[in-house]
Amino acid sequence: MGMTMTQKILAAHAGLDKVEAGQLIEADLDLVLGNDITSPVAIREMEKMKVDGVFDKDKIALVPDHFVPNKDIKSAEHCKCVREFAYRNEITNYFEVGEMGIEHALLPEKGLTVAGDVIIGADSHTCTYGALGAFSTGVGSTDMAAGMATGKAWFKVPGAIRFHITGKPSGWVSGKDVILHIIGKIGVDGALYKSMEFTGEGIRHLSMDDRFTIANMAIEAGGKNGIFPVDDLAIAYMKEHSVKPYTVYEADEDAVYEEEYTVDLGSLRPTVAFPHLPENTKTIDEIKEDIAIDQVVIGSCTNGRLDDLRIAAKVLAGRHVAKGMRCIIIPATQKIYLQAMEEGLLKTFVEAGAVVSTPTCGPCLGGYMGILAEGERCVSTTNRNFVGRMGHVKSEIYLASPAVAAASAVTGKISEPGQL
Amino acid sequence: MKSAKGTVFKYGDNVDTDVIIPARYLNSSDPAELAAHCMEDIDKGFVEKVHRGDIIVADKNFGCGSSREHAPIAIKAAGVSCVIAETFARIFYRNAINIGLPIIECPEAAKGIEAGDEVEVDFDSGIITNITRGTKFQGQAFPEFMQKIIDSGGLVNYINKS
Repeated sequence: MGMTMTQKILAAHAGLDKVEAGQLIEADLDLVLGNDITSPVAIREMEKMKVDGVFDKDKIALVPDHFVPNKDIKSAEHCKCVREFAYRNEITNYFEVGEMGIEHALLPEKGLTVAGDVIIGADSHTCTYGALGAFSTGVGSTDMAAGMATGKAWFKVPGAIRFHITGKPSGWVSGKDVILHIIGKIGVDGALYKSMEFTGEGIRHLSMDDRFTIANMAIEAGGKNGIFPVDDLAIAYMKEHSVKPYTVYEADEDAVYEEEYTVDLGSLRPTVAFPHLPENTKTIDEIKEDIAIDQVVIGSCTNGRLDDLRIAAKVLAGRHVAKGMRCIIIPATQKIYLQAMEEGLLKTFVEAGAVVSTPTCGPCLGGYMGILAEGERCVSTTNRNFVGRMGHVKSEIYLASPAVAAASAVTGKISEPGQL
Repeated sequence: MKSAKGTVFKYGDNVDTDVIIPARYLNSSDPAELAAHCMEDIDKGFVEKVHRGDIIVADKNFGCGSSREHAPIAIKAAGVSCVIAETFARIFYRNAINIGLPIIECPEAAKGIEAGDEVEVDFDSGIITNITRGTKFQGQAFPEFMQKIIDSGGLVNYINKS
């Protein structure tokens, strides 16, 4: 019985020749991540441990990104706690405002996440790095504390679901439509405790930014991680961004998959998740009624990368957002912000009547920078549309791609670019 | 380990961490402050109604969404002694064990217990008793590895011991 890609990475990090689904292991960690919400709790827990500092100052990443620039005094205190911890422990990869970005866009860009790594992060979207062929998964603050102290974490080896990707996407279909389609098919607990292994020749038609988006939302299907094979595109990305050595693991031919699905990219259409779960999906063609929108958010760890901004700019160029629309665009990192500026995308956004923000998770989780009032509706490129996620419990979030979000900003109702 | 006994608060599928503790309160990590807003967006009067020892019972995928440990911290600090669900989201499951909030997976109990029932849970045997309806359910016992973490009083103490 062979191993999946995920199982091979975990076996190697546990010093074992072989692991199987359900086995409890202790694995060495290549990177431990935290943000300004989760790190203060982890720091407090770590202080209770009888340890002398962190296991490796180069293998910890602290990224204040949720409520920064500090939204209020309490957030400022949290950030101060993280900053002081980082300085005290000489953490190499602490990213201050001005150099920070949304963690899951920032770390690959900084070359800190590469193929074959085992990464834990006190943020559920840590699964993003599976796009590069790493095993990465979200944990809580206590696990983060233990990881920072010992460089190890316990895992139950996950069983797997295989998603065989075929065909080539057409029109405005992007990575977001792929993952929303999958979540719509299997449900928000369809991959509970399992790894989502993406395979197939269709993957070559997905850009790295598409893959980051897909792996990012594995958690929205309940998955432990999502992982892609390491192809030439992934290797080129790592060579461009990283000096870290990487290891390519491939699934055995007789690896065991508990379920298998085929996803034909050519048959996908722009897809929207309706309130209040990411599994409530409809294709744009299935939406018959006009759904009026008050706000659009384009950004987040899911869709704040350069590809996403380029698509939004393509849709918004020469157009203007609808009267009364608030369109908030958030480049995910300083580098993306700068590239967007150099390419003229920011000018396009501002001329279209959108606002452009410094990197922050802010509106995605209803923190700040775009809170919804009672009865308001938002089309958002973020990852969750739970009750009250972006503000009032009686507000609504529709999850979509940057193309659909930008088109909806122009028309004031849920639309795709083809309808403009 | 001990047992838990209390009145049940019952919820459905996919109770997410945003309704357990909304992000607008995550500028604090103080357990008492988090507890004051526990379940606010799904059950507004929860904190006024809950008594120390009470039990939450839910259907599928309890605790889905974010990795915020603030969610089990808020539930524990609100006085809840145990959460029983058909299934738990995996990060919530880890977090609950790591902070010492007892949780038990038991699909039959999730179906056979209603809001307001008096329920007793024996953590050693995994047996869940619905005192109100006179029924018993066998919950899933923790794997030995997790039992050690729980017996140590959470992951921090477990690491300090080993």
